[in-house]
Amino acid sequence: MICAIEVSLKPGLPDPRGESVARGIRDLGIDKDIIAHTCDIYWLEGDVSFNELKRIALSLLADPIVQDYRLDPPPEPDTPTRHSLIVTYNPGVTDPIEDTMKKAIGDLGISAVTAVKTASRYILSGALADDEVKTIAARLLVNPIIQRTVVSAPTDFPICPRYEFCLLNVDLLGVSEAELLRLGREYSLSPLEVKAVAAHYRKQGRNPTDVELETIAQTWSEHCVHKTFKARFNYDGQLIDNLLKNTIMGATQELNKSWCLSVFEDNAGVIEFDDEWAVCFKVETHNHPSAIEPYGGAATGVGGVVRDVMGTGLSARPVANTDVFAFGPPDLPNAALPEGMLHPRRIFKGVRAGVADYGNRLGIPTVNGAVVFDERYTANPLVFCGTVGLLPKALAQRGSHHPGDLVVLAGGRTGRDGIHGVTFASEQLTRASTELSFASVQIGNAIVEKKVMDALMACREKRLFSRITDCGGGGLSSAVGEMAEDTGVRVYLERVPLKYAGLSYSEIWISESQERMLLAVPPENIDELLAIFAAESSEATVIGEFTDDKRLCLYYQDNLVADLEMTFLHKGRPPLDLEAVWQPPVCREPDIKPATNLGGSLLKILAAWNVCSKEWVIRQYDHEVQGGSVLKPLVGRLSDGPGDAAIIRPVLSSSKGLIIACGLSPRYGDLDPYWMAASAIDEALRQVVAVGGSLERVALLDNFCWGNVRDSASLGALVRAAQACRDMSLAYGTPFISGKDSLNNEYEHAGRRISIPPTLLISAMAIMPDSARAVSMDFKQPGSLIYLVGETFNELGGSEYFALHNEIGVRVPRVDALRSKKLMGKLSCAIGLGLVRACHDLSEGGLGVAIAEMAFAGGLGAEIGLDGVPRDNIERDDIILFSESNSRFLVEVAPGGRVAFEETMAGSACGLIGRITDGMDLKITGLGGGDVVNLPISELKEAWQHPLRW
Amino acid sequence: MATVKTIVMRAPGTNRDEETAFAFRQVGATAETVHVGELISGTKRLADYQVLAFPGGFSYGDDLGAGRVQANELILKLADEVHPFIERGGLIIGACNGFQVLVKAGILPGPLGTGQTATLTNNDSGRFECRWVYLAANKKSRCIFTQGLELICAPVAHGEGKFVAPPEVMDAVDVALYYADAAGNPSTSYPACPSGSLRAIAGITDATGHIFGLMPHPEDNIHRQHHPHWTRREAELAGSGLKIFRNAVDWVKGS
Repeated sequence: MICAIEVSLKPGLPDPRGESVARGIRDLGIDKDIIAHTCDIYWLEGDVSFNELKRIALSLLADPIVQDYRLDPPPEPDTPTRHSLIVTYNPGVTDPIEDTMKKAIGDLGISAVTAVKTASRYILSGALADDEVKTIAARLLVNPIIQRTVVSAPTDFPICPRYEFCLLNVDLLGVSEAELLRLGREYSLSPLEVKAVAAHYRKQGRNPTDVELETIAQTWSEHCVHKTFKARFNYDGQLIDNLLKNTIMGATQELNKSWCLSVFEDNAGVIEFDDEWAVCFKVETHNHPSAIEPYGGAATGVGGVVRDVMGTGLSARPVANTDVFAFGPPDLPNAALPEGMLHPRRIFKGVRAGVADYGNRLGIPTVNGAVVFDERYTANPLVFCGTVGLLPKALAQRGSHHPGDLVVLAGGRTGRDGIHGVTFASEQLTRASTELSFASVQIGNAIVEKKVMDALMACREKRLFSRITDCGGGGLSSAVGEMAEDTGVRVYLERVPLKYAGLSYSEIWISESQERMLLAVPPENIDELLAIFAAESSEATVIGEFTDDKRLCLYYQDNLVADLEMTFLHKGRPPLDLEAVWQPPVCREPDIKPATNLGGSLLKILAAWNVCSKEWVIRQYDHEVQGGSVLKPLVGRLSDGPGDAAIIRPVLSSSKGLIIACGLSPRYGDLDPYWMAASAIDEALRQVVAVGGSLERVALLDNFCWGNVRDSASLGALVRAAQACRDMSLAYGTPFISGKDSLNNEYEHAGRRISIPPTLLISAMAIMPDSARAVSMDFKQPGSLIYLVGETFNELGGSEYFALHNEIGVRVPRVDALRSKKLMGKLSCAIGLGLVRACHDLSEGGLGVAIAEMAFAGGLGAEIGLDGVPRDNIERDDIILFSESNSRFLVEVAPGGRVAFEETMAGSACGLIGRITDGMDLKITGLGGGDVVNLPISELKEAWQHPLRW
Repeated sequence: MATVKTIVMRAPGTNRDEETAFAFRQVGATAETVHVGELISGTKRLADYQVLAFPGGFSYGDDLGAGRVQANELILKLADEVHPFIERGGLIIGACNGFQVLVKAGILPGPLGTGQTATLTNNDSGRFECRWVYLAANKKSRCIFTQGLELICAPVAHGEGKFVAPPEVMDAVDVALYYADAAGNPSTSYPACPSGSLRAIAGITDATGHIFGLMPHPEDNIHRQHHPHWTRREAELAGSGLKIFRNAVDWVKGS
């Protein structure tokens, strides 16, 4: 029987959750006086006595000071001015609260509760029409992928049917070519690939089992092998065999830095931090899941990249997170929203909450990130999650296991998460699945992951495992298959702990349930390792052993269900041949009449979505936890200015710092992906230098998010961007250590293909010998001199200034890396000498935005003249003020440091353009001698803060 | 006097245990992070320590309200350990989630056995917020941890930090720390008091002054470079969180 406990705030108390719902209703355009309240509902299954229920309510669910509870409240019919909606998870969605409740009810000594479900009740008071209530439910409160509304408590919880074993083979040998190709599509294998599989099995004289075919499809998927990047490209007649090796990885090899400890071979790239420690960094995307279920998708994105780091070397401890998002514009009119898509604003809010809730719960500071907007991201939002980890230098290399070592699956249980019906033979769906199969989206459970992390660190101390990897996309299939490539493995699938009954052997093998890690453990260590996991109340189970026969053998209840040769699995994929062409777009430089006063343009650019303050996001992340914070994401007099890069001290007893930065400029990609990529790299490096770092020890990461790669022009853009990565990496002497790609981000709407702009995120980490040398971007002292370092060109292509005029232009910012490297070297030297009091890099919005940000972050005015700007033959104020040329910095120097600073910068472009005042205005004098900007910094700051003050 | 021994208790979901232990070590104590299971099983005993710290985090995910599940565990499964520790005058500090645990277990404001008489509930903003605050010490407080302090600063990082209690409890509670403006005047206005906590309460102590709970994180301000304005050379309160740990260690040494 099911009992309900409903918990609500005591009357009269402020209800922030309700207020947030009411705000959301107003954001939907329902402009009525609505008061919203929320209640938490708990449904308990079991033979629970009234007294036990009361005890659970009183001592566990309702806070006696601020909350009331009701047991089995009678239904209250809606009235025209009061509507009540109960929202609960769909069956099959794993609700993290269930586990906690079972534990806590057990602590109370109550054993009668057999299962728990939760729901929320929203009570909306005010005159709402029925269709408005429906809109509120659909667009604000319910995501049908994971949730639904119900009218009352359930009468029972669905029971999972048991699974009965039945081995399934897939007929590849006896079918027509057309049927073979159809099967290929069903398993996401290309015609060439599925034919190679059929040929392989013809030699064996048998058909594959379903799980063998799944394993091959998984192993050969874009996600697992990055086949596009490794393909043979015909690029305008030039043959590039393996784009990755020829560009990004090639540059790293050529640079051959001794401090690169492990690159492009493990779950994250690893570099040396000091004599004892190493640091690793990985950035992943979680785009599609975030588009359909922003909160859960983004949360599991964080969870996944954190596991990558825990699965690097012999396990790293996560010390910092980064996040970068790309969304459609938050003010997109509802009419422009493609059918079936969530509004960008809702995606943004959901993603932010998912990243924050998961990262905060793991106790990892989120220290750096960015948010960019473009209408083309509406249906394909991008969510990049990065994690930096710390591990002993001696454990930096990927581990090596031996035949006889045990296969241990640790952490969360396995369910149908991430399994999509389409990859399944239809027969199987009817046999083994209930409606549970269709609800394959998971709400992450950060605490399960935290427990694995704590257990792993204890096991690492004692060196109890010989190798480790994460179990995420691709599930056990990918994790076990990769780990056992050089040995062989036997796995007993019925040993895998399940969330619920009814999973077939195939489902167990390919499930993408979160919070799982895979370890190789020498048999003599297994008891100690299992004891440590038990002590951290984290599950760990021996599911098989490594062999020496180079075969992947899977058993289910003593039945052999897969027997695959590792060589075929990992080397049997036919190479991919791709055609790539590049043709520059046909654009023209717009004819914009320069205004005499540029203050209005500056205010509008400060308020542009791409430029405006992201404090609303940053504040809700914990950026202090772990106690290593040196330079925070928000800096300045009131801690609300936009810091360039973050600095942490990952080893608390050391003053050595780690700088974390990122660069991306998707808008330039429309003009030329080569300079888009070069600009992103330059931006990340500028941020490193601006906070006091140098190019001495900088490692880069690439994350390509691209449109349709079956399109040769899109592939041409990819080649150009990859070539820029190689060229810049070599010129700057900054190796790439890891990367990832997410391709085919495209959507069809109203008969039109909408592809995301080619987007390359560059993440950088740099070692800083003494973090006490750091500088922040806020102006410090009236009277200080302001220098512009670096040369300004007429480069407004893809700029915010042109966007303001709905133009894109032609002249995209370029990078002269050799010249820029010298300039950055001198600036690093000046900062190291203590000559620089503030430094800020110039990016979107150019000089105008950078000077405004430095002024209002420091709470000080400034007077500058555009005639002092080092420039290439530009005689227009607007171009000088808003050009987005790369490799430029604004620098504050105390008057007494003038000579030393100028000497240090000698030979590089560096112009004294003005000084900091003790007034509260920003005054910019144009080439003609008149003011082109004269505005109070408070007005500039308000323009910048207002848009995302949500 | 032998070294002061600190136990930093963690449960699933606890964080800031490492930097809390680090802060205690910085002031000369030994500090051991111990999983709650080790106390329940009896592998570790509170009797072996003089200071007990409950760090921040999200114990058991805070799924049923911040600190609730760990608080129940403390009362129901560890009473035999915790009660004698309190009765013999051991020092307890709970920061953030640790404070929530102490309040929901009825250990603060106390006395033990009266049950939960106050709570820490959702911030008025309805949001988790991470920001630096000024904290003014109440000179009249009996709190051992805040003796001799005037103004310190530290970050907060929480979504449920608003101290609420019925009027009779509010009148009796010994407030150790108030949220304050930069001049040190207690303030309930946002953002000086990020949660909207009643009477600007940031931290309280029990009737003995031995048990201290606070929402901010003094362990995250024990180094010059922790301070948000250190690059502005306006960081006179940099590292001021360390005094709280030093007070505890000095008191144990002197008693």
